[in-house]
Amino acid sequence: MRKYSVFALAREALRAHKGWEQQWTSPEPKSEYDVIIVGAGGHGLATAYYLAKEHGITNVAVLEKGWLGGGNTGRNTTIIRSNYLYDESAGIYEHAVKLWEGLSQDLNYNVMYSARGVMMLAHNIHDVQVFKRHIHANRLNGIDNEWLTPEQVKEFCPPINLSADARYPIIGAALQRRGGTARHDAVAWGYARAAADRGVHIIQNCEVTGIRRAANGAVVGVDTNRGPINAKKVGVVAAGHTSVIMNMAGVRMPLESYPLQALVSEPVKPLIPCVIMSNTVHAYISQSDKGEMVIGAGTDQYTSYSQTGGLHIINHTLDAICEMFPVLTRLKMLRSWGGIVDVTPDRSPILAKTPVPGLYVNCGWGTGGFKATPGSGNVFAHTIARDEPHRINAPFTLERFTTGRLIDEAAAAAVAH
Amino acid sequence: MLLIKCPYCEEERPELEFRNAGEAHLVRSPAISEQSDEDFAAFLYFRQNPKGLQFERWRHIHGCGRFFNAVRDSVSDKFLTVYKAGEPRPDVETLLNPETVSDAEPAKKRAPRAKKGEL
Repeated sequence: MRKYSVFALAREALRAHKGWEQQWTSPEPKSEYDVIIVGAGGHGLATAYYLAKEHGITNVAVLEKGWLGGGNTGRNTTIIRSNYLYDESAGIYEHAVKLWEGLSQDLNYNVMYSARGVMMLAHNIHDVQVFKRHIHANRLNGIDNEWLTPEQVKEFCPPINLSADARYPIIGAALQRRGGTARHDAVAWGYARAAADRGVHIIQNCEVTGIRRAANGAVVGVDTNRGPINAKKVGVVAAGHTSVIMNMAGVRMPLESYPLQALVSEPVKPLIPCVIMSNTVHAYISQSDKGEMVIGAGTDQYTSYSQTGGLHIINHTLDAICEMFPVLTRLKMLRSWGGIVDVTPDRSPILAKTPVPGLYVNCGWGTGGFKATPGSGNVFAHTIARDEPHRINAPFTLERFTTGRLIDEAAAAAVAH
Repeated sequence: MLLIKCPYCEEERPELEFRNAGEAHLVRSPAISEQSDEDFAAFLYFRQNPKGLQFERWRHIHGCGRFFNAVRDSVSDKFLTVYKAGEPRPDVETLLNPETVSDAEPAKKRAPRAKKGEL
Protein backbone atom coordinates (compact mmCIF):
# COMPACT_ATOMS: atom_id res chain seq x y z
CA MET A 1 0.00 0.00 0.00
CA ARG A 2 1.35 3.37 -0.97
CA LYS A 3 1.12 5.83 1.91
CA TYR A 4 -1.07 8.89 1.59
CA SER A 5 0.86 12.07 2.32
CA VAL A 6 1.31 15.58 1.10
CA PHE A 7 4.17 14.33 -1.06
CA ALA A 8 1.97 11.65 -2.62
CA LEU A 9 -0.59 14.34 -3.36
CA ALA A 10 2.04 16.56 -4.99
CA ARG A 11 3.44 13.64 -6.99
CA GLU A 12 0.00 12.67 -8.28
CA ALA A 13 -0.86 16.27 -9.06
CA LEU A 14 2.15 16.39 -11.37
CA ARG A 15 1.14 13.26 -13.27
CA ALA A 16 -2.58 13.93 -13.65
CA HIS A 17 -3.58 11.62 -10.74
CA LYS A 18 -2.89 8.51 -12.78
CA GLY A 19 -0.88 6.72 -10.11
CA TRP A 20 -3.45 6.26 -7.33
CA GLU A 21 -3.83 2.59 -6.59
CA GLN A 22 -7.03 0.79 -5.61
CA GLN A 23 -7.70 1.20 -1.91
CA TRP A 24 -8.53 -2.46 -1.42
CA THR A 25 -8.73 -5.49 -3.67
CA SER A 26 -11.70 -7.77 -4.28
CA PRO A 27 -10.24 -11.29 -4.05
CA GLU A 28 -12.13 -14.50 -4.72
CA PRO A 29 -12.98 -16.20 -1.43
CA LYS A 30 -10.57 -18.93 -0.34
CA SER A 31 -11.91 -22.24 0.94
CA GLU A 32 -10.68 -21.60 4.48
CA TYR A 33 -9.81 -18.71 6.79
CA ASP A 34 -8.79 -18.49 10.43
CA VAL A 35 -11.58 -16.00 11.15
CA ILE A 36 -14.66 -14.95 9.20
CA ILE A 37 -16.37 -11.68 10.00
CA VAL A 38 -19.97 -11.45 8.80
CA GLY A 39 -20.71 -7.88 7.80
CA ALA A 40 -18.40 -5.26 6.25
CA GLY A 41 -19.68 -2.22 8.06
CA GLY A 42 -17.48 -0.03 10.22
CA HIS A 43 -17.57 -2.41 13.20
CA GLY A 44 -16.81 -5.50 11.12
CA LEU A 45 -13.98 -3.88 9.18
CA ALA A 46 -12.53 -2.42 12.37
CA THR A 47 -12.63 -5.89 13.94
CA ALA A 48 -10.70 -7.33 10.99
CA TYR A 49 -8.20 -4.47 11.10
CA TYR A 50 -7.43 -4.91 14.81
CA LEU A 51 -7.29 -8.71 14.44
CA ALA A 52 -4.52 -8.18 11.90
CA LYS A 53 -2.80 -5.26 13.59
CA GLU A 54 -2.90 -6.17 17.27
CA HIS A 55 -3.27 -9.94 17.25
CA GLY A 56 -1.35 -10.95 14.14
CA ILE A 57 -4.31 -12.82 12.68
CA THR A 58 -4.27 -11.86 9.02
CA ASN A 59 -5.95 -14.88 7.45
CA VAL A 60 -9.32 -13.18 7.83
CA ALA A 61 -12.30 -12.72 5.50
CA VAL A 62 -14.95 -10.05 5.90
CA LEU A 63 -18.11 -11.17 4.11
CA GLU A 64 -20.64 -8.56 3.03
CA LYS A 65 -23.94 -9.33 1.37
CA GLY A 66 -24.19 -5.89 -0.20
CA TRP A 67 -21.47 -3.33 -0.61
CA LEU A 68 -18.90 -2.20 1.90
CA GLY A 69 -20.27 0.34 4.38
CA GLY A 70 -23.68 0.31 2.70
CA GLY A 71 -25.67 -0.44 5.82
CA ASN A 72 -25.90 1.66 8.94
CA THR A 73 -22.29 2.81 8.57
CA GLY A 74 -23.35 4.89 5.58
CA ARG A 75 -26.75 5.82 7.01
CA ASN A 76 -26.08 7.35 10.41
CA THR A 77 -25.65 10.96 11.50
CA THR A 78 -21.95 10.47 12.42
CA ILE A 79 -22.15 11.76 15.98
CA ILE A 80 -19.32 10.85 18.35
CA ARG A 81 -19.49 11.22 22.13
CA SER A 82 -18.80 9.21 25.26
CA ASN A 83 -20.91 10.94 27.93
CA TYR A 84 -22.79 7.82 28.99
CA LEU A 85 -23.97 7.38 32.54
CA TYR A 86 -22.83 3.94 33.61
CA ASP A 87 -19.22 2.91 34.17
CA GLU A 88 -19.42 0.02 31.70
CA SER A 89 -20.72 2.29 28.92
CA ALA A 90 -18.27 5.04 29.79
CA GLY A 91 -15.50 2.46 29.48
CA ILE A 92 -16.33 1.31 25.99
CA TYR A 93 -17.42 4.63 24.48
CA GLU A 94 -14.46 6.48 25.93
CA HIS A 95 -12.15 3.76 24.62
CA ALA A 96 -13.64 4.56 21.20
CA VAL A 97 -13.23 8.34 21.54
CA LYS A 98 -9.57 7.88 22.47
CA LEU A 99 -9.10 5.78 19.33
CA TRP A 100 -11.01 8.34 17.23
CA GLU A 101 -8.52 10.99 18.29
CA GLY A 102 -5.63 9.20 16.60
CA LEU A 103 -7.52 7.23 13.98
CA SER A 104 -6.61 9.23 10.86
CA GLN A 105 -2.91 8.81 11.65
CA ASP A 106 -3.30 5.17 12.61
CA LEU A 107 -5.11 4.28 9.38
CA ASN A 108 -3.22 6.78 7.19
CA TYR A 109 -6.68 7.83 6.05
CA ASN A 110 -8.46 11.09 6.81
CA VAL A 111 -11.62 10.10 8.68
CA MET A 112 -12.31 13.79 9.32
CA TYR A 113 -12.84 13.38 13.05
CA SER A 114 -13.91 16.82 14.18
CA ALA A 115 -14.12 17.43 17.93
CA ARG A 116 -16.57 20.29 17.54
CA GLY A 117 -18.46 19.56 20.73
CA VAL A 118 -21.72 17.77 21.45
CA MET A 119 -24.25 19.89 23.31
CA MET A 120 -27.28 18.20 24.88
CA LEU A 121 -30.04 20.67 25.66
CA ALA A 122 -32.04 20.77 28.87
CA HIS A 123 -35.61 22.03 28.59
CA ASN A 124 -37.02 21.29 32.04
CA ILE A 125 -35.96 20.64 35.60
CA HIS A 126 -35.85 16.91 35.03
CA ASP A 127 -33.38 17.37 32.15
CA VAL A 128 -31.22 19.63 34.33
CA GLN A 129 -31.05 17.05 37.10
CA VAL A 130 -30.37 14.16 34.74
CA PHE A 131 -27.65 15.99 32.82
CA LYS A 132 -25.94 17.23 35.97
CA ARG A 133 -25.92 13.67 37.24
CA HIS A 134 -24.39 12.60 33.93
CA ILE A 135 -21.75 15.32 34.19
CA HIS A 136 -20.72 14.20 37.68
CA ALA A 137 -20.69 10.53 36.68
CA ASN A 138 -18.67 11.30 33.54
CA ARG A 139 -16.10 13.37 35.37
CA LEU A 140 -15.62 10.61 37.94
CA ASN A 141 -14.82 8.39 34.97
CA GLY A 142 -12.37 10.92 33.57
CA ILE A 143 -14.67 11.95 30.72
CA ASP A 144 -15.06 15.63 29.93
CA ASN A 145 -18.58 16.99 30.28
CA GLU A 146 -19.60 20.38 31.56
CA TRP A 147 -22.69 22.36 32.39
CA LEU A 148 -23.56 25.46 30.35
CA THR A 149 -25.95 28.25 31.32
CA PRO A 150 -28.34 29.50 28.62
CA GLU A 151 -25.99 32.42 27.92
CA GLN A 152 -23.10 30.03 27.43
CA VAL A 153 -25.28 27.90 25.17
CA LYS A 154 -25.97 30.92 22.99
CA GLU A 155 -22.31 31.80 22.93
CA PHE A 156 -21.33 28.28 21.91
CA CYS A 157 -24.06 27.98 19.28
CA PRO A 158 -25.26 31.45 18.18
CA PRO A 159 -28.18 30.49 15.87
CA ILE A 160 -30.07 28.73 18.65
CA ASN A 161 -33.44 30.10 19.79
CA LEU A 162 -33.27 30.98 23.48
CA SER A 163 -36.53 32.90 23.77
CA ALA A 164 -38.51 32.20 26.90
CA ASP A 165 -41.76 31.84 24.99
CA ALA A 166 -40.45 28.89 23.02
CA ARG A 167 -42.66 25.88 23.61
CA TYR A 168 -39.73 24.09 25.23
CA PRO A 169 -37.38 26.86 26.40
CA ILE A 170 -33.69 26.05 26.74
CA ILE A 171 -32.57 26.34 30.34
CA GLY A 172 -29.08 24.94 30.06
CA ALA A 173 -27.04 22.23 28.40
CA ALA A 174 -24.40 19.59 28.95
CA LEU A 175 -21.41 19.96 26.68
CA GLN A 176 -18.80 17.36 25.81
CA ARG A 177 -16.13 19.29 23.94
CA ARG A 178 -14.29 16.18 22.72
CA GLY A 179 -17.48 14.93 21.12
CA GLY A 180 -18.14 15.73 17.49
CA THR A 181 -18.45 14.06 14.13
CA ALA A 182 -16.43 12.04 11.62
CA ARG A 183 -16.92 11.17 7.99
CA HIS A 184 -18.77 7.85 8.06
CA ASP A 185 -17.79 6.56 4.61
CA ALA A 186 -14.15 7.40 5.24
CA VAL A 187 -14.25 5.29 8.39
CA ALA A 188 -15.40 2.23 6.43
CA TRP A 189 -12.98 2.92 3.57
CA GLY A 190 -10.06 3.68 5.86
CA TYR A 191 -10.50 0.47 7.85
CA ALA A 192 -11.03 -1.52 4.65
CA ARG A 193 -7.84 -0.16 3.08
CA ALA A 194 -5.74 -0.67 6.19
CA ALA A 195 -7.13 -4.17 6.79
CA ALA A 196 -6.69 -5.23 3.16
CA ASP A 197 -3.13 -3.95 3.31
CA ARG A 198 -2.47 -6.40 6.14
CA GLY A 199 -3.87 -9.31 4.15
CA VAL A 200 -7.54 -9.31 5.12
CA HIS A 201 -9.90 -10.40 2.32
CA ILE A 202 -12.91 -8.15 1.89
CA ILE A 203 -15.53 -10.05 -0.09
CA GLN A 204 -18.54 -8.04 -1.17
CA ASN A 205 -21.78 -9.39 -2.65
CA CYS A 206 -21.28 -12.51 -0.58
CA GLU A 207 -24.32 -13.31 1.53
CA VAL A 208 -24.07 -15.77 4.39
CA THR A 209 -26.90 -18.29 4.07
CA GLY A 210 -25.97 -20.71 6.82
CA ILE A 211 -23.60 -21.39 9.68
CA ARG A 212 -21.97 -24.80 9.55
CA ARG A 213 -21.28 -26.67 12.76
CA ALA A 214 -19.47 -29.85 13.71
CA ALA A 215 -21.09 -32.73 15.56
CA ASN A 216 -19.96 -31.25 18.88
CA GLY A 217 -21.73 -28.00 18.04
CA ALA A 218 -18.65 -25.91 17.30
CA VAL A 219 -18.56 -23.63 14.29
CA VAL A 220 -16.68 -24.98 11.27
CA GLY A 221 -17.64 -22.41 8.66
CA VAL A 222 -20.39 -20.66 6.79
CA ASP A 223 -22.43 -21.29 3.67
CA THR A 224 -22.64 -18.37 1.28
CA ASN A 225 -24.13 -17.62 -2.10
CA ARG A 226 -20.57 -18.07 -3.40
CA GLY A 227 -20.09 -21.48 -1.84
CA PRO A 228 -19.08 -22.77 1.58
CA ILE A 229 -16.13 -21.20 3.41
CA ASN A 230 -14.45 -22.89 6.36
CA ALA A 231 -13.37 -21.11 9.55
CA LYS A 232 -13.13 -22.18 13.18
CA LYS A 233 -14.11 -18.72 14.35
CA VAL A 234 -16.98 -16.64 13.02
CA GLY A 235 -17.76 -13.14 14.27
CA VAL A 236 -21.24 -11.85 13.49
CA VAL A 237 -21.31 -8.06 13.09
CA ALA A 238 -24.54 -7.76 11.13
CA ALA A 239 -26.42 -4.95 12.93
CA GLY A 240 -30.13 -5.14 12.05
CA HIS A 241 -29.76 -8.60 10.53
CA THR A 242 -28.08 -10.16 13.58
CA SER A 243 -31.23 -12.07 14.57
CA VAL A 244 -31.42 -13.57 11.08
CA ILE A 245 -27.77 -14.72 11.07
CA MET A 246 -27.82 -16.00 14.65
CA ASN A 247 -30.98 -17.93 13.88
CA MET A 248 -28.90 -19.93 11.38
CA ALA A 249 -26.92 -21.21 14.36
CA GLY A 250 -30.06 -21.72 16.42
CA VAL A 251 -29.31 -18.88 18.83
CA ARG A 252 -32.18 -16.58 19.68
CA MET A 253 -31.23 -13.00 20.51
CA PRO A 254 -32.69 -10.31 22.79
CA LEU A 255 -32.95 -8.01 19.79
CA GLU A 256 -35.61 -6.20 17.84
CA SER A 257 -34.87 -4.51 14.52
CA TYR A 258 -36.39 -1.09 13.92
CA PRO A 259 -36.15 1.41 11.07
CA LEU A 260 -34.28 4.56 12.06
CA GLN A 261 -34.41 7.54 9.73
CA ALA A 262 -32.13 10.47 9.03
CA LEU A 263 -32.22 13.30 6.53
CA VAL A 264 -30.09 16.10 5.15
CA SER A 265 -30.92 19.56 3.89
CA GLU A 266 -29.63 21.45 0.91
CA PRO A 267 -26.08 22.70 1.59
CA VAL A 268 -25.71 26.17 3.08
CA LYS A 269 -22.82 28.22 4.41
CA PRO A 270 -21.37 27.33 7.82
CA LEU A 271 -24.01 28.08 10.43
CA ILE A 272 -24.14 25.43 13.15
CA PRO A 273 -20.72 25.02 14.76
CA CYS A 274 -21.37 21.96 16.92
CA VAL A 275 -23.63 18.95 17.38
CA ILE A 276 -26.92 19.80 19.10
CA MET A 277 -29.04 17.11 20.69
CA SER A 278 -32.28 17.35 22.56
CA ASN A 279 -33.83 14.29 24.10
CA THR A 280 -36.92 16.14 25.26
CA VAL A 281 -38.06 17.55 21.92
CA HIS A 282 -36.29 14.67 20.19
CA ALA A 283 -34.02 16.18 17.60
CA TYR A 284 -30.39 16.13 16.79
CA ILE A 285 -28.57 18.16 14.21
CA SER A 286 -25.12 19.03 12.99
CA GLN A 287 -23.75 20.56 9.81
CA SER A 288 -21.60 18.48 7.52
CA ASP A 289 -18.46 19.85 5.92
CA LYS A 290 -20.40 19.98 2.66
CA GLY A 291 -22.83 22.39 4.36
CA GLU A 292 -25.81 20.08 4.66
CA MET A 293 -27.76 20.04 7.89
CA VAL A 294 -27.60 16.41 9.05
CA ILE A 295 -30.67 15.59 11.08
CA GLY A 296 -31.49 12.42 12.93
CA ALA A 297 -35.07 11.33 13.43
CA GLY A 298 -36.46 8.65 15.71
CA THR A 299 -37.22 5.00 15.18
CA ASP A 300 -40.58 3.81 14.01
CA GLN A 301 -42.64 2.05 16.64
CA TYR A 302 -42.79 -1.30 14.85
CA THR A 303 -40.03 -3.76 13.93
CA SER A 304 -39.14 -3.89 10.27
CA TYR A 305 -36.37 -4.75 7.82
CA SER A 306 -37.66 -2.35 5.17
CA GLN A 307 -34.92 0.34 5.48
CA THR A 308 -37.65 2.95 5.26
CA GLY A 309 -39.86 4.60 7.83
CA GLY A 310 -42.96 6.74 8.25
CA LEU A 311 -42.99 10.35 7.11
CA HIS A 312 -44.65 11.49 10.33
CA ILE A 313 -41.47 10.52 12.23
CA ILE A 314 -39.40 12.92 10.12
CA ASN A 315 -42.03 15.63 10.38
CA HIS A 316 -42.00 15.39 14.14
CA THR A 317 -38.23 15.84 14.20
CA LEU A 318 -38.36 18.81 11.84
CA ASP A 319 -40.98 20.46 14.05
CA ALA A 320 -38.48 20.33 16.89
CA ILE A 321 -35.58 21.53 14.72
CA CYS A 322 -37.58 24.55 13.51
CA GLU A 323 -38.48 25.40 17.09
CA MET A 324 -34.83 25.33 18.14
CA PHE A 325 -33.50 27.04 15.02
CA PRO A 326 -36.16 29.33 13.49
CA VAL A 327 -33.51 30.38 10.97
CA LEU A 328 -33.79 26.93 9.37
CA THR A 329 -37.55 27.11 8.82
CA ARG A 330 -37.29 27.68 5.07
CA LEU A 331 -34.46 25.26 4.43
CA LYS A 332 -35.29 22.52 1.94
CA MET A 333 -34.63 18.91 2.79
CA LEU A 334 -32.81 17.02 0.07
CA ARG A 335 -32.78 13.37 1.06
CA SER A 336 -34.09 11.09 3.74
CA TRP A 337 -33.39 7.41 4.28
CA GLY A 338 -33.69 4.63 6.81
CA GLY A 339 -31.43 2.02 8.32
CA ILE A 340 -32.32 -1.06 10.35
CA VAL A 341 -31.05 -0.85 13.90
CA ASP A 342 -30.84 -3.78 16.31
CA VAL A 343 -32.11 -2.70 19.70
CA THR A 344 -31.53 -4.54 22.98
CA PRO A 345 -33.86 -4.27 25.98
CA ASP A 346 -31.32 -2.18 27.94
CA ARG A 347 -30.08 -0.21 24.90
CA SER A 348 -26.54 -1.39 25.49
CA PRO A 349 -24.64 -3.51 22.99
CA ILE A 350 -23.70 -7.19 23.16
CA LEU A 351 -20.03 -7.96 22.40
CA ALA A 352 -19.51 -11.47 23.52
CA LYS A 353 -19.02 -15.14 23.06
CA THR A 354 -22.19 -17.12 22.41
CA PRO A 355 -23.42 -20.55 23.55
CA VAL A 356 -21.97 -21.89 20.25
CA PRO A 357 -18.19 -22.48 20.46
CA GLY A 358 -16.35 -20.41 17.87
CA LEU A 359 -19.29 -18.08 17.28
CA TYR A 360 -18.96 -14.50 18.50
CA VAL A 361 -21.44 -11.67 18.27
CA ASN A 362 -21.12 -7.89 18.18
CA CYS A 363 -24.57 -6.34 18.01
CA GLY A 364 -27.25 -4.37 19.79
CA TRP A 365 -25.73 -0.96 19.12
CA GLY A 366 -29.25 0.20 18.41
CA THR A 367 -29.53 3.82 17.39
CA GLY A 368 -26.00 4.83 18.33
CA GLY A 369 -23.29 2.48 17.11
CA PHE A 370 -21.24 4.73 14.83
CA LYS A 371 -19.50 6.55 17.68
CA ALA A 372 -18.22 3.26 19.05
CA THR A 373 -16.80 1.89 15.79
CA PRO A 374 -13.07 1.88 16.67
CA GLY A 375 -13.54 0.80 20.28
CA SER A 376 -16.03 -1.90 19.35
CA GLY A 377 -13.78 -3.38 16.68
CA ASN A 378 -10.79 -3.18 18.98
CA VAL A 379 -12.26 -5.12 21.90
CA PHE A 380 -14.20 -7.51 19.67
CA ALA A 381 -10.97 -8.46 17.88
CA HIS A 382 -9.49 -9.18 21.32
CA THR A 383 -12.52 -11.33 22.19
CA ILE A 384 -12.18 -13.39 19.01
CA ALA A 385 -8.38 -13.69 19.09
CA ARG A 386 -8.12 -14.71 22.76
CA ASP A 387 -11.48 -16.45 23.01
CA GLU A 388 -12.22 -14.30 26.04
CA PRO A 389 -13.54 -10.77 26.36
CA HIS A 390 -11.38 -7.72 26.89
CA ARG A 391 -11.79 -6.06 30.28
CA ILE A 392 -13.79 -3.29 28.59
CA ASN A 393 -16.40 -5.49 26.90
CA ALA A 394 -16.58 -8.15 29.63
CA PRO A 395 -19.87 -6.72 31.02
CA PHE A 396 -21.56 -6.66 27.59
CA THR A 397 -22.54 -10.32 27.61
CA LEU A 398 -25.51 -12.15 26.21
CA GLU A 399 -26.06 -13.75 29.61
CA ARG A 400 -26.84 -10.44 31.30
CA PHE A 401 -30.42 -10.71 30.07
CA THR A 402 -30.76 -13.94 32.04
CA THR A 403 -28.88 -12.90 35.17
CA GLY A 404 -30.50 -9.48 35.23
CA ARG A 405 -27.18 -7.65 35.32
CA LEU A 406 -28.28 -5.09 32.72
CA ILE A 407 -26.41 -1.96 31.68
CA ASP A 408 -29.51 0.11 31.59
CA GLU A 409 -28.74 3.03 29.31
CA ALA A 410 -32.34 2.75 28.10
CA ALA A 411 -33.46 5.02 30.89
CA ALA A 412 -30.17 6.86 31.29
CA ALA A 413 -29.60 7.90 27.68
CA ALA A 414 -33.26 8.45 26.86
CA VAL A 415 -34.05 8.47 23.15
CA ALA A 416 -31.25 10.13 21.27
CA HIS A 417 -28.00 8.17 21.17
CA MET B 1 -47.30 5.67 7.87
CA LEU B 2 -49.08 2.36 8.10
CA LEU B 3 -52.80 1.97 7.57
CA ILE B 4 -54.04 -0.51 10.13
CA LYS B 5 -57.36 -2.28 10.40
CA CYS B 6 -58.68 -2.65 13.91
CA PRO B 7 -60.59 -5.94 14.14
CA TYR B 8 -62.85 -4.48 16.83
CA CYS B 9 -63.70 -1.17 15.12
CA GLU B 10 -63.64 -3.00 11.76
CA GLU B 11 -62.11 -0.13 9.85
CA GLU B 12 -58.71 1.00 8.62
CA ARG B 13 -57.22 3.87 10.58
CA PRO B 14 -53.84 5.65 10.42
CA GLU B 15 -50.95 4.29 12.43
CA LEU B 16 -50.99 7.34 14.73
CA GLU B 17 -54.06 5.89 16.46
CA PHE B 18 -52.18 2.72 17.35
CA ARG B 19 -49.37 1.65 19.61
CA ASN B 20 -47.24 -1.32 18.65
CA ALA B 21 -46.89 -3.77 21.52
CA GLY B 22 -44.23 -6.17 20.26
CA GLU B 23 -44.22 -9.85 19.48
CA ALA B 24 -47.58 -11.61 19.81
CA HIS B 25 -48.46 -14.88 21.53
CA LEU B 26 -45.95 -14.52 24.34
CA VAL B 27 -47.66 -16.06 27.32
CA ARG B 28 -46.67 -15.14 30.86
CA SER B 29 -46.18 -18.18 33.02
CA PRO B 30 -48.90 -18.62 35.66
CA ALA B 31 -46.19 -19.63 38.17
CA ILE B 32 -43.39 -17.16 37.58
CA SER B 33 -41.62 -17.90 40.85
CA GLU B 34 -41.14 -21.50 39.74
CA GLN B 35 -39.77 -20.54 36.34
CA SER B 36 -36.07 -20.88 35.60
CA ASP B 37 -34.04 -17.75 34.87
CA GLU B 38 -33.58 -18.96 31.28
CA ASP B 39 -37.30 -19.40 30.71
CA PHE B 40 -38.10 -16.05 32.24
CA ALA B 41 -35.44 -14.32 30.13
CA ALA B 42 -36.87 -16.01 27.04
CA PHE B 43 -40.30 -14.65 27.88
CA LEU B 44 -39.12 -11.19 28.88
CA TYR B 45 -36.32 -10.35 26.45
CA PHE B 46 -35.57 -12.92 23.75
CA ARG B 47 -37.45 -12.38 20.50
CA GLN B 48 -37.85 -14.05 17.12
CA ASN B 49 -37.39 -10.74 15.25
CA PRO B 50 -37.99 -12.52 11.93
CA LYS B 51 -37.27 -11.15 8.48
CA GLY B 52 -40.50 -12.04 6.78
CA LEU B 53 -43.90 -12.76 8.27
CA GLN B 54 -44.29 -11.94 11.91
CA PHE B 55 -47.03 -12.08 14.50
CA GLU B 56 -47.30 -8.88 16.46
CA ARG B 57 -49.53 -7.11 18.96
CA TRP B 58 -51.07 -3.71 18.43
CA ARG B 59 -53.25 -1.56 20.65
CA HIS B 60 -55.81 0.83 19.23
CA ILE B 61 -54.87 3.30 21.92
CA HIS B 62 -56.52 6.38 20.44
CA GLY B 63 -59.61 4.44 19.36
CA CYS B 64 -61.29 1.59 21.15
CA GLY B 65 -58.24 1.07 23.37
CA ARG B 66 -58.14 -2.68 22.84
CA PHE B 67 -55.26 -5.01 22.07
CA PHE B 68 -55.30 -7.17 18.98
CA ASN B 69 -52.87 -9.22 16.91
CA ALA B 70 -51.67 -8.88 13.36
CA VAL B 71 -49.62 -10.77 10.78
CA ARG B 72 -47.27 -8.42 8.94
CA ASP B 73 -44.41 -8.90 6.52
CA SER B 74 -41.42 -7.18 8.11
CA VAL B 75 -39.78 -6.62 4.72
CA SER B 76 -42.69 -4.98 2.85
CA ASP B 77 -44.46 -3.77 6.04
CA LYS B 78 -47.73 -5.05 4.52
CA PHE B 79 -50.37 -6.54 6.79
CA LEU B 80 -51.72 -9.95 5.86
CA THR B 81 -54.43 -10.00 8.44
CA VAL B 82 -55.51 -8.77 11.85
CA TYR B 83 -57.37 -10.79 14.47
CA LYS B 84 -58.78 -10.28 17.93
CA ALA B 85 -56.84 -10.98 21.09
CA GLY B 86 -57.34 -14.53 22.28
CA GLU B 87 -58.03 -15.87 18.82
CA PRO B 88 -55.67 -18.61 17.61
CA ARG B 89 -52.70 -17.82 15.43
CA PRO B 90 -53.87 -17.92 11.79
CA ASP B 91 -52.29 -20.40 9.44
CA VAL B 92 -49.66 -18.57 7.41
CA GLU B 93 -49.85 -20.83 4.40
CA THR B 94 -53.59 -20.30 4.08
CA LEU B 95 -53.04 -16.55 4.33
CA LEU B 96 -50.41 -16.52 1.60
CA ASN B 97 -52.33 -18.80 -0.74
CA PRO B 98 -56.02 -18.33 0.00
CA GLU B 99 -57.07 -20.31 -3.10
CA THR B 100 -54.53 -23.09 -3.44
CA VAL B 101 -53.80 -24.16 0.08
CA SER B 102 -52.09 -27.33 -1.07
CA ASP B 103 -49.47 -25.34 -3.00
CA ALA B 104 -47.34 -24.66 0.06
CA GLU B 105 -43.93 -24.40 -1.62
CA PRO B 106 -43.56 -20.60 -1.94
CA ALA B 107 -45.14 -20.02 1.45
CA LYS B 108 -42.73 -22.36 3.15
CA LYS B 109 -39.81 -20.22 2.12
CA ARG B 110 -40.97 -17.08 3.84
CA ALA B 111 -42.76 -18.46 6.86
CA PRO B 112 -40.98 -17.76 10.15
CA ARG B 113 -40.26 -20.45 12.67
CA ALA B 114 -43.45 -19.51 14.32
CA LYS B 115 -44.43 -22.59 16.27
CA LYS B 116 -41.11 -23.15 17.99
CA GLY B 117 -40.63 -22.05 21.55
CA GLU B 118 -44.23 -21.13 22.08
CA LEU B 119 -45.44 -21.44 25.63
